[in-house]
Amino acid sequence: MHRCSFGPRLTAVFTALAFSMSLLGPLIARADSKLKIITATTDLASLAQEVGGDKIEVESIARGYQDPHFVDAKPSFLLKLKRADLLIVVGLDLEIGWLPPLITQSTNPKIQVGAPGYLDASRFAKILEIPTGQVTRAEGDVHPLGNPHYWLDPENGLRIAKGIADKLSEMRSSDAAYFAQRYADFEHRLKQADERWLAEMKPYAGRKIVTYHRSWPNFAEHFHLNVVGYVEPRPGIPPSPQHTVELIHLMKRENVKVIVVEPYFDLKTPNAVARETGAQVLVLPPSVGGEKEITDYFKLFDYDISKLKQAFDAAH
Amino acid sequence: MKRLVLVSSLILCAASGVFGQQPAESRASGIHQADDVPGEQRMTALEERVRTLAEEVALLRGELKALRDAKSSEPSSDGRVLLASSHVEPGMVGSSSASAPPEALASQLPQTQASGGTQLQTYGGATSNAKLLNPDISLIGDFIGTAGRNAVSPSPSLQLHETEVGMQAIIDPYARADAFISFGETGVNVEEGYVTFTSLPAGLLLKVGKMRAAFGKVNTIHNHALPYIDRPLVTNNLVGGEDGINDAGMSLSHFIPAPKGWFMEGTAQVYRGDSDDLFNSYRRQDLGVVGHLRGYRDLSESTNLDLGISYARGNSAGLAAAPNPSTFFTNLYAADATLRWKPLRRAIYKNFLFRTELFWSARDQLSALNAFQTQHAFGMYSSAEYRLNRRWTVGGRFDRSGHAANANLTDTGFSGILTYWPSEFSQIRGQYRFGRLAVANPGDFSNANEFLFQFLFVMGAHGAHPF
Repeated sequence: MHRCSFGPRLTAVFTALAFSMSLLGPLIARADSKLKIITATTDLASLAQEVGGDKIEVESIARGYQDPHFVDAKPSFLLKLKRADLLIVVGLDLEIGWLPPLITQSTNPKIQVGAPGYLDASRFAKILEIPTGQVTRAEGDVHPLGNPHYWLDPENGLRIAKGIADKLSEMRSSDAAYFAQRYADFEHRLKQADERWLAEMKPYAGRKIVTYHRSWPNFAEHFHLNVVGYVEPRPGIPPSPQHTVELIHLMKRENVKVIVVEPYFDLKTPNAVARETGAQVLVLPPSVGGEKEITDYFKLFDYDISKLKQAFDAAH
Repeated sequence: MKRLVLVSSLILCAASGVFGQQPAESRASGIHQADDVPGEQRMTALEERVRTLAEEVALLRGELKALRDAKSSEPSSDGRVLLASSHVEPGMVGSSSASAPPEALASQLPQTQASGGTQLQTYGGATSNAKLLNPDISLIGDFIGTAGRNAVSPSPSLQLHETEVGMQAIIDPYARADAFISFGETGVNVEEGYVTFTSLPAGLLLKVGKMRAAFGKVNTIHNHALPYIDRPLVTNNLVGGEDGINDAGMSLSHFIPAPKGWFMEGTAQVYRGDSDDLFNSYRRQDLGVVGHLRGYRDLSESTNLDLGISYARGNSAGLAAAPNPSTFFTNLYAADATLRWKPLRRAIYKNFLFRTELFWSARDQLSALNAFQTQHAFGMYSSAEYRLNRRWTVGGRFDRSGHAANANLTDTGFSGILTYWPSEFSQIRGQYRFGRLAVANPGDFSNANEFLFQFLFVMGAHGAHPF
């Protein structure tokens, strides 16, 4: 009899304990755990790291040397997305081929489109090449909402960082001052760096270049380069012989000496064009992590600008 | 700002047009000198021209305003914000941006942010506010031609095999929906139409509607996304034909805790129990069930392994005349394995995929002597595809499968496949198919030698690529 009554009591105690633990658990976790952020690309991860500091844990789905249009929706990403507090995407349909099923299958209500944990960085950025009038795929894989490679302008980097800082403060108001301070520091450093970059690029203002894909309009605008042609006949369409011949003529006529190629494109056509025109093929990463030494947003511009300078100088 | 620039450049253009013509006209009038009447005519003509130009400008101004209003919810592109300290020298390319008044900038930023939320309701495809809430609509045309000899299951020489209309949208903060309506040669069929609840507690993912069952790999893939033109023999022989296990029901999935580095997911599905010539629901309570367990592991950045086991059960179809059809079941077991290799730096040029699926079928039926019997049939396929470059893919497939209702009959076949992609949105494919197909009696075979070709075209929104 005595033993019998012990069982239910013990059970009740355990249940109460488990219940209170389950209630307390999230609270304890909330107080000192880091915000878990997943970004679509490495550039957004770097910007988030700048403003989030040690209050966040951030990881990117795409690698810096990978074509962000074509990423496999691997199930291993689902586990990361499931645990995320915040998902930051490039938007403008860049990830349309792989991110929507990942979001749907993540079973994480926090990061569903439109939920507080879903942040579209393009909201904050200045977007170029928004098509006007009729949009058809005769123009290739056009992005009806504008060119999604907008992070390659430090001014946009700053705007995105501000957007992320505001979002982080909203999600973790107790650390708002920390994020604001991190942002202010980032703004200061980025402005200084941008002054340096602009000064370095100033002698080359107006230089004509050809790029493989339309990844560089924001970069070219900020640093006053003139993109006069593309190796792709249309965005997303592989090079064709006829277009390549036209490109060679164009480059000779305009005296273009640099062909910028993203690290995920084949070099065969660019090399052939370079041989014909005496131009130099420059593999230029458009994203953080595109080369081993490009570990953050600052180093991305450091690297790209030094490579461009070398190429322009060599052209003389 | 942009409007101002546009309008002023328009006026400039118009003006230069007018002035550009003037010398020519004055030269012309120089021939008939001291002729006052043409001079007056010229003045009135000019006045007329200026008036029409003014009208045109007003019209364009209105159009611009309308355009601007329609665009206002998109991230504004004309708010040219500069880093306060960036040095833009006068005369440099793009220096006009430096003159953007800071007030305009300040008023634009909040507007951009406030309206950002509405812009995110759909997955792309929409270009103006009016269309923002429309679902993403796509259409995929699948044209197939066949030549050669097949005495067992001949297909037409030319056919628009399928026209699939897809509509996909986010329904509300808790759900999204996908519908694929396929127009075939014989009629219209809702290939899939389901709602997915994405915000359920406890990490559950619920799908409700008509869908392709999570039975193995090839059963879940739409025709146009297959790496071949036809479906493997085993699909036709054991898993219900082209549409496979595709039924109305509910699906519940959950991630399963797994050893480090592994992703595991379990799926349980309940269906009405009607799938082509595979399952048939004779009574309302004769439901079909499907279970699937998936294990996935990244072997390296570019290589991964995808494994699965599946089970499906329902009442055997085609027994309506039997005395108690609800006691006849078909149990299907399957195992699938996929190995993928795709180097990230050259993902669009080179990749390789090997897949094999094994199927076991245990079908209760009536024997020729009207006695209860269970046929145990086995079937499998193995396929490989290799992307040679951005536009070409080669592949092959080996097929072997018994017949569900007569396990003594076994078909064997192989195929070679060559695919060409003009762009992401169209695809041209050729397939040579050899089949050693069993007929009537065990040991009797009919050889089929066929050449198939296919044109696929995609209209509308990007569909996400299946993985």
